[in-house]
Order: sequence, then structure tokens, then C-alpha cells
Amino acid sequence: MRRIISVLMENEPGALSRVVGLFSQRGYNIESLTVAATEDATLSRMTLTTIGDDHKIEQITKHLNRLIDVVKLVDLTEGAHIERELMLIKVRASGAQRAEIKRCVDIFRGQIIDVSATVYTIQLTGTSDKLSAFYDAVGEAAILEVVRSGVSGIARGDKVLGL
Amino acid sequence: MELLSGGDMLMRALADEGVECIFGYPGGAALHIYDALFRQDKIKHILVRHEQAATHAADAFSRSTGKIGVVLVTSGPGATNAITGIATAYMDSIPMVVISGQVASERIGEDAFQETDMVGISRPIVKHSFLVKDARDIPAIIKKAFYIAGTGRPGPVVVDIPKDITSPATTFEYHYPDKVKLRSYTPAQRGHTGQIKKAVQLLLQAKRPIIYAGGGVIQGNASPQLIELARKLNAPVTNTLMGLGAYPATDRQFVGMLGMHGTVEANYAMHHSDVILAVGARFDDRVTNTTSKFCPSAKIIHIDIDPASISKTVPADVPIVGPVESVLNEMLENLKHADEKQDAAALQEWWSQIEEWRSRYGLLVKPRYIAGDKIMPQEVISTLWEVTKGDAYITSDVGQHQMFAAQYYPFDKPRRWINSGGLGTMGFGLPAAMGVQYAFRDATVACVTGEGSIQMCIQELSTCKQYNLPVKIICLNNQALGMVKQWQDMQYSSRYSESLYEDSLPDFVKLMDAYGHVGIRVTKREELKSKMEECFAMKDKTVFMDIHVEPKEHVYPMHIAPNGSMRDMWLNKTERT
Ligand SMILES: Cc1ncc(C[n+]2csc(CCOP(=O)(O)OP(=O)(O)O)c2C)c(N)n1
Ligand SMILES: [Mg+2]
Repeated sequence: MRRIISVLMENEPGALSRVVGLFSQRGYNIESLTVAATEDATLSRMTLTTIGDDHKIEQITKHLNRLIDVVKLVDLTEGAHIERELMLIKVRASGAQRAEIKRCVDIFRGQIIDVSATVYTIQLTGTSDKLSAFYDAVGEAAILEVVRSGVSGIARGDKVLGL
Repeated sequence: MELLSGGDMLMRALADEGVECIFGYPGGAALHIYDALFRQDKIKHILVRHEQAATHAADAFSRSTGKIGVVLVTSGPGATNAITGIATAYMDSIPMVVISGQVASERIGEDAFQETDMVGISRPIVKHSFLVKDARDIPAIIKKAFYIAGTGRPGPVVVDIPKDITSPATTFEYHYPDKVKLRSYTPAQRGHTGQIKKAVQLLLQAKRPIIYAGGGVIQGNASPQLIELARKLNAPVTNTLMGLGAYPATDRQFVGMLGMHGTVEANYAMHHSDVILAVGARFDDRVTNTTSKFCPSAKIIHIDIDPASISKTVPADVPIVGPVESVLNEMLENLKHADEKQDAAALQEWWSQIEEWRSRYGLLVKPRYIAGDKIMPQEVISTLWEVTKGDAYITSDVGQHQMFAAQYYPFDKPRRWINSGGLGTMGFGLPAAMGVQYAFRDATVACVTGEGSIQMCIQELSTCKQYNLPVKIICLNNQALGMVKQWQDMQYSSRYSESLYEDSLPDFVKLMDAYGHVGIRVTKREELKSKMEECFAMKDKTVFMDIHVEPKEHVYPMHIAPNGSMRDMWLNKTERT
């Protein structure tokens, strides 16, 4: 099963490499990983998505918790949550294709953020599934370049991941 | 407030932490530190001959004393040489602080002379590591390093210090913090009361209980509690290779070591049990054999300080996260007030079953090997036990001799059996013996080794000379990498691929003479005991006993793998359970 794990960790050099190292060392896979500082400069927040059965996920969270740099973590997929990912995508857009692609962007509520004679650069946010669906809708042949940010997530409602 | 340089602060912080000795080896990036060491008199330093030995010695110092061993090495090759010892300590959860010199801060990343990324290289084999960026942080980092190494599930911590940080040119205010608080690190202080209650109930209802105790009992100083609990429950006890001594081996309730080369009675008792109390043990693959066939009718209670150890390979029915000592104390307290009574008849039956297994298979009941003209390795260990009156510190290397030592030297006290269980590091034995002997000057310390393993750190004989460390080296010389050869006998039709040395072994007696020690060769059975007595009578001498043993002997019993359960064992070359 796909899981989204949010980790609050010390904003220290080496912290990120310990987390990434843990995954390769224990043979866990990382689907995506994002990390940045938080409003508290001493903490950074990481969101990682991984795939595994319950046993594996339990091991992953236990081992993450064991890292000295990890302050707190939560498996967002255990409760109601919101996930978002940002995608920037360059597609070939000339002639009749231009209108077609514009329509597709509108349907997916994306934005065209840069334009040239033959290329559109599009920005799209949403769940990873939605981004993949857009990718399929436009069709591989038209796609020139894709960059995805990886998943960020947050729990719904009053629940807060903090100190 | 006093003004000190980075190097002096480091020494002062170590002294304030209560460090008495450091095992180490100097070099360029560590020279400011070594100069600071020279200018103080609280901390002693033991100059080894190879950094690997420094880590093993410090590790064994920890294992035998319960204090935290300290290592000091230089950057680059000094640091990489320390890696094997750090990994050894990590696998066995041994607290240790390793200080490594690093190239100057402004050189880092330039492939400077003797630069290696020590924090990076050691990352998967440390509990935590620090790269010091500001000399002012030294006291706080040292405080944290010792706190992290010694609490929770212990382990090695690396502190990498660039050369400029320890420079005598700049001084800073020194203050050693008396407390550490890490918001991201709070080891469990006690177990969950409800779970503990459940565990006690389960144990009282058990008809065929067994206690399976590992190195965590020793690290957690919980032997007295374990003994009391076992006596109260009248349950059989088995120890892992790492746990030997946690429960007295000569006690009636002890059924021997379990696992690959454990006793048949211990493995049978595990397999047929209905409740297993696992304490500070981690269900290692060398214990469980095939996990899907592991103890089919047993409910498992698992006490461990590290939540990640619980249900890792075998699911626990009653997991309890906490320090073993406090959890066992709480269990004992619970037991006092429990209304439930044990099923005495069932226990009686369980014990008579175990006694039957023991009399049939027990290693110490009667010899389980066929003695010929040659000295049998098992007899060497039994003789060692007799001559040292069962009261020595025994360190070991890795191979058949290690297993014979574990099987035939009954350890009655914790911290007496010092071996590399998790990593299985050949070369561990001699430096480990040095670390123990340094900690206990008057104790009898013997290193059980093989002619293969001893050559991996033999240079340390010179260190023994310098510091008058009268360790006794008991070499079971079978002229081969015996454990490798045994597997080649069993699985590769005796094709001895690179497990023999042809006539290239050194004359160990002459070698000892060259190092200024005593060497004794034993080739005749009838001389074994008298020569060994002679060896141990030389209280202030380092002595090497080169004992020529039967080279064909295998270690038995042995789990049948792959796909075997715990009760499937080879009893000798032809018979199995
Ligand atoms: C550093 C290291 N290299 C290789 C091994 C694999 N190994 C395990 S036992 C063994 C043979 C040990 O020979 P010896 O020390 O003579 O002991 P014996 O088995 O003969 O008693 C080897 C090579 C190891 N455990 N450690
Ligand atoms: Mg050998």
C-alpha cells in the first residue's frame, strides 16, 4: 500500500542523509521525497511516500523514529489527509494542438505559465493520481519535459504535527 | 570562567565525563588533540598498533565494565581502520565514543591529504554522529555523545573534529553541561503497565514456559532480576550467544545456549514451548532458523528497549518496550500480588521432559565427541574452565573455537564472555582481551582464538608488551579456517577452497619470543592440563598456548538449514534429530 509519512526533524546537516541512508540500507523504497525548513528554523519537515505492507511500514516508522534527528513523525495515510503535488510540464503545442492542450489544461485546472511559438509550459497541482492522469490525457508524444515536486501532505481538521 | 583551546576543551570534557582511558593512535589531523592529551594527567592513553584494535579494545572495555569505551584516531586511514570495530560494536549494541580527527574545516571537500568523509562512511554503523563546526560546541557535543551512546539501545557514536577546531591558537570559555536534553531522543523509561500485567498472566498460565534471554539483559544490568523471575516461575532459561552469563550456566534451570550451535535441549524446549519470554534478545536468524517454522505453539512476550527490534522477524503477542531491568522489576512486583496459580503438574511434566532431553543430548553431561589421539578442541575449553575455576574473562575470535568456547565454558556471571556475535569479526579476540585486562588489572583474562583469527590482529602483542597486559591466548590450532572448512565439508563435498594455508603458519612460540612474551606448544593430550596450569601460573606474563587440536572436528549440534525449524539439528556428522 502507498503511504505518506510526514517527518519533523532537526534542521541539521546530515539529517537528510541519515533518512535517505536508512531507506537504502534497509531496502525500503522511496517513491518521492520533499523536504524544506518550517516556520521554526530549527526544524525541517519532510514528506515521503513509500510502498509497503503493514509490517514494512511499521518497521519504517520505527526505524525513522530511532534516528536521533527525527523529532516526530506521522503516517498521514492512517487518517483523513490532504495531499498535493506540483508538476511543471512542457508540451509541444503548435497548430491545432494548441487549442486542444489549452482545453485539457482548463479541465485539469492547470495554468499555462510560459508560452513560445511551439511550446506551452504548464503548472498543475493536485494529488499524484491527478497529475498522472493529466500526463496520460496530453499523451506521451506531446510531452517534452516533466518535473514533479513530490508529494506534500497535511492532516485534515484540527490535527497538527508540531512539537 | 576558564579559557581553553578546542583540544584542551575536548580533554577536559572527557575527564568531566569520567573517562579514565582512551584507546587510540595519533596522526596529523589529531595532533592538536594528542598534544592536549600530553599536557593533562587525568586520562590515560593506550597506544595500539592498528586502529581496528583500538575500537575492539574500547568495545571490550565497555562490555566488561559497563562504562563507555573511548577511541581516538586520526583522519583518513585512521578513521577507515576504525570502521570494522565500530560496525562490530554497532551490531552488538555496545556503547562507545569514537573521536576522529578531520582535515581542517576549510579543506573539507577538496580531497585534502588524509581526508575521508568519516560521518558519511560510518553513517550506517553508528547510533549517531557529529561533525564539530565550532570549538565552542565541543563540551555540549561530548555530553550528548556519551548520553546517546549509553542510553536507550546503546551503540557507538562518532565525533569527527576538523583540525582547526582543536587548534591551540584560540581559546574559549569552558563549561561542561551537567544535563542533556534532546527533544528528538527520549528512550523509554519504563514498560507499559497493562502489557506487563498481561505478560505475567500469560506466564502463570503457561504449561511449557521458557525464558529466552539475550545481550540486552547484560547491557541492561538485569541479571539479578532475570534470575529472580526465573526462580519464581521455575521456568527453564536459555541464553543467546550474546547473553551467555546473563543467567548462571551451572544452574539447574539453565538449558544452555540456543540457536545454530546451541544445545539440543534448549532448541527443543523453545520449539515445544507454549509461552516464550524473550528478554533483550532480537530473534536473530542464527537463533530462529526458518522463521515461518519458529516455535509453532508458542505465545511470545518480547521485552526490549528498542521498539524496532520487536516484531521485526517474528511477531510478538505481548510486546513490551522498556528497559529490561525496570520491566522485570515490575513483573516481579506483579507476580507477588497475582492470584493466579501455576499449573504445578504441567510444569513438573515439562521439567521431566527437559531432563530427559538433557540426559540424552546434553553437552556437559558426558562427552559428545569421539576422542582419539589428538587433543579435542572441546577438551581444551573444558580444561580452560577447570584451570581458571570458571572465573575468567573469556574473549573470543570467530570460528569453530568461538562456538566451542560458548558451548563448553559455562559462564556464571554477566560480562565475562566477550565476543563479536552480530558481526562475527575475526581479529576481535586479542584486542578485546587487552581492553578487559586494562580494566581489570588483576583478573584472569583469556582469549580463545584460532590460528586464522589471531593473525588478523597479532600486531597487538606489541601493545601487550608496552602496557604489561598479561592476557592468556588459547589458540585452538586446527591448521585451517576451520569453520569455513566445516561448511565446505557439509555443503561443498569437502572442496577446501582457500581454507588451508599449506605449510605457511608461523612458529607461534618463536613469534612470542620475538615479542618478548612466552609461547607454549601443546601437541599431546596428556600434557594439556599441566601446560595450561603452567600458563595461568605466569600471572604477570602474556602467554600464547599453541594447542594443536584434531583438525577434522566439526561443531555440533548444528541447525539443519535451509528450511529447518529450531528442533532440526545435526548431532554429529551422520546423526540428526
Ligand atoms: C574478518 C572476517 N573475515 C572472514 C570471516 C569468515 N570466517 C568465519 S570463521 C572463519 C575461519 C576462522 O578460522 P580460525 O580463526 O582458525 O578459527 P577455526 O574456525 O579454525 O576455529 C572465517 C574465515 C570472518 N568471520 N571475519
Ligand atoms: Mg583454525
